[in-house]
Order: sequence, then C-alpha cells, then structure tokens
Amino acid sequence: MPEDRAVQALGLDEYKFGFHDPEEYFFKTPRKGIDPEIVAMISKHKNEPEWMLEFRLKALESFLEKPTPQWGGDLNELDFDEIYYYIRPMENQGRTWEDVPDDIRNTFDKLGIPQAEREILAGVGAQYESEVVYHSLKEEWEKAGVVFLDMDGGLREHEDIVREYFGTVIPPDDNKFAALNSAVWSGGSFVYVPPGVHVDIPLQAYFRINAENMGQFERTLIIADEGAYVHYIEGCTAPTYTTNSLHSAVVELIAKPNARIRYSTIQNWSHNTYNLVTKRAVAYENATVEWVDGNLGSKLTMKYPAVYLMGEGARGEILSVAYAGDGQHQDAGGKVVHVAPNTSSLITSKSISKGTGRATYRGLLKVHEGADNAKSRVECDALLLDDKARTDTYPYIEIEEKKVSTEHEATVSKVGEDQLFYLMSRGLSEEEAMAMVVNGFIEPIAKELPLEYAIELNRLIQLEMEGSVG
Amino acid sequence: MLKIENLHVEIDGNEIIKGLSLEVGEGEIHAIMGPNGSGKSTLSNVLMGHPRYEVTEGTVTFMGQDVFELEPDERAKLGMFLAFQYPSEVPGVSVANFLRTAVNSVREEELSPMEMYRLLQEKMQIMQMDPKFAERYLNEGFSGGEKKRNEILQMLMLQPKLAIMDETDSGLDIDALQVVARGVNEMRGPEFSAVLITHYQRILRYIEPDHVHVMLDGRIVTSGSKELAEELEEKGYDWVRQEFGSATKS
Repeated sequence: MPEDRAVQALGLDEYKFGFHDPEEYFFKTPRKGIDPEIVAMISKHKNEPEWMLEFRLKALESFLEKPTPQWGGDLNELDFDEIYYYIRPMENQGRTWEDVPDDIRNTFDKLGIPQAEREILAGVGAQYESEVVYHSLKEEWEKAGVVFLDMDGGLREHEDIVREYFGTVIPPDDNKFAALNSAVWSGGSFVYVPPGVHVDIPLQAYFRINAENMGQFERTLIIADEGAYVHYIEGCTAPTYTTNSLHSAVVELIAKPNARIRYSTIQNWSHNTYNLVTKRAVAYENATVEWVDGNLGSKLTMKYPAVYLMGEGARGEILSVAYAGDGQHQDAGGKVVHVAPNTSSLITSKSISKGTGRATYRGLLKVHEGADNAKSRVECDALLLDDKARTDTYPYIEIEEKKVSTEHEATVSKVGEDQLFYLMSRGLSEEEAMAMVVNGFIEPIAKELPLEYAIELNRLIQLEMEGSVG
Repeated sequence: MLKIENLHVEIDGNEIIKGLSLEVGEGEIHAIMGPNGSGKSTLSNVLMGHPRYEVTEGTVTFMGQDVFELEPDERAKLGMFLAFQYPSEVPGVSVANFLRTAVNSVREEELSPMEMYRLLQEKMQIMQMDPKFAERYLNEGFSGGEKKRNEILQMLMLQPKLAIMDETDSGLDIDALQVVARGVNEMRGPEFSAVLITHYQRILRYIEPDHVHVMLDGRIVTSGSKELAEELEEKGYDWVRQEFGSATKS
C-alpha cells in the first residue's frame, strides 16, 4: 500500500541528529547515582551560598521519598543509579563564535544548515558570525535593566532576586522530578525584565554562548515585572551534549500585573531520553502568559506546561505540538488553573503519531470557587499517520464555580488515502504529500513561532524525511 | 494521446469497469455520460491512479506511456489532470502555498515567487475569484461551488495536456457552471484534450464536445457527436438501458 510507504517515508522517528562529538569534560561527578554527598559536591563546585545547598539537600530528601509516578508514561525502566547528575562540558567555555570549539562548529555543519540559511535562522547565524550584533543587543538590554544570564550566573550576581523567587512557582516537593531537578539543577536561564520594559527581540538561549545551554537538569526562572514584555526562546534541533538518558528541567515564569511572557520551545531529543519537565507560570492581574511547546524525539516525554491565573483579568495560552514515532510516547498537554475572576485561557494541543508511537493529551482545567466569569477553551487534535498509531486524550476538568464558560473539543484524524491521492495527482511525491499534510496540521502552532523557528520546524520534518523513501 | 483498451477494474472484488475502450486524440473534448453507478467516477480515479482500485485486465497509455507503471504524481508530471468530484480538505495548507508546490513540481523549471504571484492573479481573475481566496486553507469550509472553481483554477495553473473532469458540473448553479466552463474553454486548443464525465447534458451547452459516449454498466455502449447528448437528454437513461442494457448482460 502506498500509504504505508508514505508513512515509512515520513520516518520522523529516525533521529537523524543523534550524532555526537567526543566529549571533553571540564568537571564531572566522580560516580553515577545520587546522594547528599554528590549534591553537596555540585553545590561546592559552583561556590553556592549556604541556603542553596540547603535547598538542594531538602529537595533530595523529597526526591528520595517520593515514589516514581505511575499515572502517566512507563517510567519503570528508568534507573536513577545509572545516571551522572552533573557533567560540565568544556564546550561551554566559548565566549565568542571564534572561541567555540571546532567540534561544535562541525556539529552545526553536520546539521546541514547552509550558511545562507544560518543567517536566516535569526540570532543564530547573525550572532555567531557577528559578535557585534550580540554585544549591541546585550548593551541595549543592560541599559534597560534587563538581566539575562545563565542560572548559575544569576545566582552569583542577583542572589537577592533569585532567593526571593526561586522555587516559589514550583516548590521542590511538587513532584518527584521537580524535586530531582531542585537537588541537582545546573544551567538554564535567569531572566528579569524591569517594570514597563518591552524586550522587542526574543531572548534566545543561543545568545548565552558563554553559558551552559541545555543541561540535563536545567533550571529556568523568568520574571517579568509590572507591564513588562518578554519572549524567551529555548532549544533547537542541535544535539544535546548529555550522555545520560534523563532530561528533567524546571521552568518557572512569573508575570506580574499587566506583564506578558511568551515562552517558546522546540526540542528534539534522542530516542533513549526520558524527557520529564515541569513548567509552570503564575500570571497576576491582567498579565498574559503563553507557552508554545514543540516536542519531538525522546523515548518518553511527560510535559504539561501550566498557567496559574492568580489575578483578575489574567490570561493563559498553551500551544503544544508533539510527534510520536515508533517506540515513542509523547505524554503532553497543558494545565490551567483559574483562581481569580474574569480570567481566560486557551489550550491548543496537536499531536502526530506513527507506527507504534503513542501520543497522549493529558490536560487539567481547574476553576476555583470565586473565579467567576472564567472563560476557557481546550482543543486537542490528533493526527494518525497509519492504522497502528495510537492517541489518547485525558482532559480532566474540575469546576467549582457556576458562572464560567468552558469549551472542549477533541478531534482525531488520519492521513487518508484520498488526501494523499489528491495531492499526488497534482504532482507531489508521496513524501511531499505527507509532509504537506503534516505541516498543515501543525500550522496553527508554527504560525505562532518567529519565522526562523517556523522554518526550522518545517525544515526538521523535511530533513527527517529525506532519503527515507523505501 | 490517451488510449484505453479493454479496461477491467475491480474494487473490493466487484468488477465495476467491464471492458472499456476509448481513444482521445490531441485537442479533442470527449464527454462521457451515464447514469449513477455506471462506473464513471471509477474510470476517472483509475486513470489518475487511485490506489484503491485494481486493474484486472486491459491497458491505458498516455502519450505512448503505460500509465499503470506510473504513480499519480508521475502521471501529473506527464500532463494528466483530474478535477475531483469530491476534493479532499487539507487544513493548514493555503491554496496559494499548495499551488506553488504543485506548479513547481510539474514544471521543469521553478517559477520565481513574482512569476507565481502574477500567474495566480491572472488565473483567479478568469475564475472570478477573490484574491483573498488564495489564503484560505485548501478546500476547508469551501462551498460546493468554491471547490469546483478551485479545481478548475488548479487546472489553469498546472496547464495539463489532458484533463479528466469528474462530474465537475454537479451541484453547480448556472452562474458557477458558466465560470467553470469559461475556465475549461480557456484551455481549449490543439494541445489540450479533455474527458468530461457527467450525468447531465447541461454543461455541454457551454463546453461543446467533439465526441459523446454513453456509459452503462462499466462499458461504453454507444458513441456519437454532440447530438447524442441532446437525444439522451430527451429520451433519458431508461432509453439507454432498453436499447443497450441487454447487451451488457450477455
């Protein structure tokens, strides 16, 4: 059947970017596994204040106490004793593009991004090639009082702010993986935008070339003060430098009254990775928080970006797209909690599954008593690329208030023989036709991304398809 | 140009086309008329290569090539086109984006974005379509008439050598029918052939066929000039069944 061939052709689950260069470590824990000694070693290596060490050790206790959750994806093969909890690669020492080691540059070459296109991939090409651009941006931000550092740097340079907010949105005992991250976190971003400041150019993890970008246990904290605006973009299709199979990040966002934060991620993990991330935001009066979340790769992803609407008139939006290829389970969705009146939320979730891949939408909509006139809409759409693929939907809804308006819509569609035939009859090859259907399906998410990332997302799909027609 | 010989086609084990032969020359317009269930739509889908149908016997060649050796996209590149009776929806893909991809796949040299834009404007004007139409998602939420216009717009953009039109006239009001006919007549010339598949004679008032064939039970039972269509309209398909029905059962 041509349909099966087309599905083969798509081959998104073939992780093409899984190559890696030999790693040189700057620092690495002396053994696998986790205990108070390892945690203390990490903290000491980073020269952290005493309170952070205590925070970590308390979190470790919580991690060890909590059982592995059984309500979601299958975590039973995950062996916490087989993991190095802190690795700091040499590469992170690069300060400018020239300082970036050759093997990382080679990796970019292997990604096959042509020079011209690197320029288009805004920020990336321009910044790596021109230190000037980066520095002028940096100067501009600093002048406005914007802080954009890696989390370790943030702790060193702005200890007071970090101490005030760190772990307040996601407490260490929130869940087992948040506890683990709190105990061994390293890297991630720290962003503070002062009142009324609008950061026009998205802040990208790429800009922090002197910092640890995508650690295993990165920790990000973003605070937009009153009336501030910031768009933060994290992640890319570049290989991550971890050798371990667990990625467990924590991302906390705080949007003060009238502030707006948009957080966009596209991630493509190698197939042995458990990607277990806790992302949560609080939005105060008339503040807006938007999560745009793309999940590709990994063995199991469990990720449900959340927004707590704490102040009147606050708004939360979650857009997510997930692709589950053979052997993969994407358990993703979103959570919105309406605490204050006149709050609104929108969750749009799109999943694509193929072969033995399984895409799960797991969402929670909660409206507390007193959050009258809350409005919420949840839409989850699943696209199945063949007959074997699986999708499930678990939309939990808890409503304690009468005066609310909620809508929930779920659709499941399959790339059909007729659809492919139609497109092929216009001259598109089978793989082009399949890509067009898939790109169209994710278009509502792609159009929310900056152009260069939308290109990257589509390009990623195309790259995965190249040469895979049997 | 198109040569069908003794074609037999099955779907799920049922024979739908039972020995059909037809030859379409360059620049010719052929109308195939027939009642519901005579196998008209099966014929158009088989010619373009729909995977659900099984050809059990016979040959079809287009410009000397065996089309059964070719995938649907290869047939399109060779110059075949099918205007669908029920075109599929492709959410998230705009008409403009789709047409750009399609036009560039059938052409040897890609058009520049500017050339593409001009071509699209020109063809949409012929089809009396609002330029905003190009930004809509392909067939999603289109009315019946919009779908048919969009099919003809695609034909004008792709400039095929042979167009098969599967009941393009059905469900159209008289204004839409005229616009659709205008699109087809626009293509008419020594290098364009068409097979109009229809239930009614109505569209043939606007697109004058060179040959008319009547299809019944998976076969062409009689052929003639455009007067045959008029006779058919007058006497109805019951007359065809009476005249030719017994022959098909033998």
